[in-house]
Amino acid sequence: MSILSIEATALLYLLAAVCFILALKGLSSPKTARRGNLIGAFGALVAVVTVFLSTELDNIALIIITIAIGSAIAAPVSRRVAMTQMPQLVALFNGVGGGAAALVAMLELTHVDDLGSVIAVAFTVLVGAVSFSGSVITFAKLQELMPTRPIVFPGGPVVMAVVAVASLASAVWLVVTGAPLAAYVLLGLGIVLGVLFVLPVGGADVPIVISLLNAFTGLTVAASGLVLGNTLLLVAGTLVGASGTILTRAMASAMGRSVAGILFGAFKGGSTAGSTAASDRPVRSSSAEDVAILLGYAQRVVVVPGYGLAVAQAQHTMAELASTLEAKGIEVVFGIHPVAGRMPGHMNVLLAEANVPYEALQEMDEVNPQFKTADVALVVGANDVVNPAAKTTPGSPIYGMPILDVASARQVVFLKRSMRPGFAGIENDLLFEPQTTLLFGDAKESLTKVLGAVKAL
Amino acid sequence: MDAITLLTFFVLSVFVGFEVVSKVSSTLHTPLMSGANAIHGIILIGAIIVAGQAEDVGLLVVALIAVLLATVNLVGGFVVTDRMLEMFGGRKPAAASASTAATGEEGPR
Repeated sequence: MSILSIEATALLYLLAAVCFILALKGLSSPKTARRGNLIGAFGALVAVVTVFLSTELDNIALIIITIAIGSAIAAPVSRRVAMTQMPQLVALFNGVGGGAAALVAMLELTHVDDLGSVIAVAFTVLVGAVSFSGSVITFAKLQELMPTRPIVFPGGPVVMAVVAVASLASAVWLVVTGAPLAAYVLLGLGIVLGVLFVLPVGGADVPIVISLLNAFTGLTVAASGLVLGNTLLLVAGTLVGASGTILTRAMASAMGRSVAGILFGAFKGGSTAGSTAASDRPVRSSSAEDVAILLGYAQRVVVVPGYGLAVAQAQHTMAELASTLEAKGIEVVFGIHPVAGRMPGHMNVLLAEANVPYEALQEMDEVNPQFKTADVALVVGANDVVNPAAKTTPGSPIYGMPILDVASARQVVFLKRSMRPGFAGIENDLLFEPQTTLLFGDAKESLTKVLGAVKAL
Repeated sequence: MDAITLLTFFVLSVFVGFEVVSKVSSTLHTPLMSGANAIHGIILIGAIIVAGQAEDVGLLVVALIAVLLATVNLVGGFVVTDRMLEMFGGRKPAAASASTAATGEEGPR
């Protein structure tokens, strides 16, 4: 239906674009974040209604049914997913967005005539396909459907280079001839390229790749906007592309990595490769009661939560232990590494879910000077983010990553499930230091036992 | 629309995009990524347009697949972001029992 005039349509798209800007702005502060997200969703709703009211469309019934099916799939999955599995869901959503952009561009190929639009089509098909298959691989890595370690095979860089060159060649073929066959070839090569691109990335770096692919998808949406002459797609896609790029860099620097190093590191020879074997060096393992005594007679405790706490769903027990200790007059703060959990900020979400006050969650820079005066650093299911190898061992895959300085606390207590190394696949020398005590077991069970023992003190 | 106008939109949007996220604490990186992810689901607009103008069944099927994928991106993106952010409100989660025990390897990160 073309109920709306061109001017009204443009104004409504402008409103939607402003909503998206306000959404990103709102998401930058904890107080306004939720409202920001709702404003974004409102903008999207305005835009979808506008497109139905302003464009001459066939097949409207089928389109609406498809949208209903898509919503019926996506909304319940998003509602029910365990918070620990959220990163892979975001990766998947990003992938399908990239795939949608690539398909839209392919379908528009027959309608475009000027050179600029054909270039935009080629860009969208290629990058959208890379984003789609790359995101599917990151999903599989995070869901542990495939090994999280970097996958490198002999001749990998050569294959990658050949596919990249072939992709560019077919992009040029598409731009010059506008042949649909070229678009199909480009789509296929893009899918292969996306897989090759993500396979060598180590598990710990996967979140940064998701963020990068997110920015890519944004740019493909912007390019689709060029192809369709739709300013909203252009503006929204560009916003995501630009903010996603900034975010990717911020995340990479929080881990002390460069984006290029992450993407091509594994090719240079095992940058994130590590041992899978558990060491048989002696460690000091102890009982829940011993840990409770250490905690109960401390004055300051810094808790370092990691993904192990998250998978065990132990955040509520952890919060209860913290408030029990505080009731005894012990000062408890949480030291949150920027990439604790599996994504930057993931741990904050999990602890906020367990009603740990926002003020008790301290970022790395705030908490690091406090370890010197801490009696106990309690590390729950974290490993790589407290590994001193990041400072001391230049050859280590995590060398240069900023870490939480738990080694300077008087006592260090690790709650770990086993001696297996963490996500980055490297051993942590801190485990073998004399001030370190280990309590083996599932994080939730261990914390429950420690909590009981602390209460009994 | 002429190329210069589109280029103007593009360049200004780049600056706005850089500007709005320049000072974000790492606490909010995940929700921000997720929110930005939802926003690019707006490709749904493009998918609706191509589906509405598809000339034969084959093209329509492909276009409807694009509509489906884009809807999943858009709706799922906003819902999952909201889900993350409701944790910051300090409310008791209602769906705690629905969250199944996740699988994972030992204590990474």
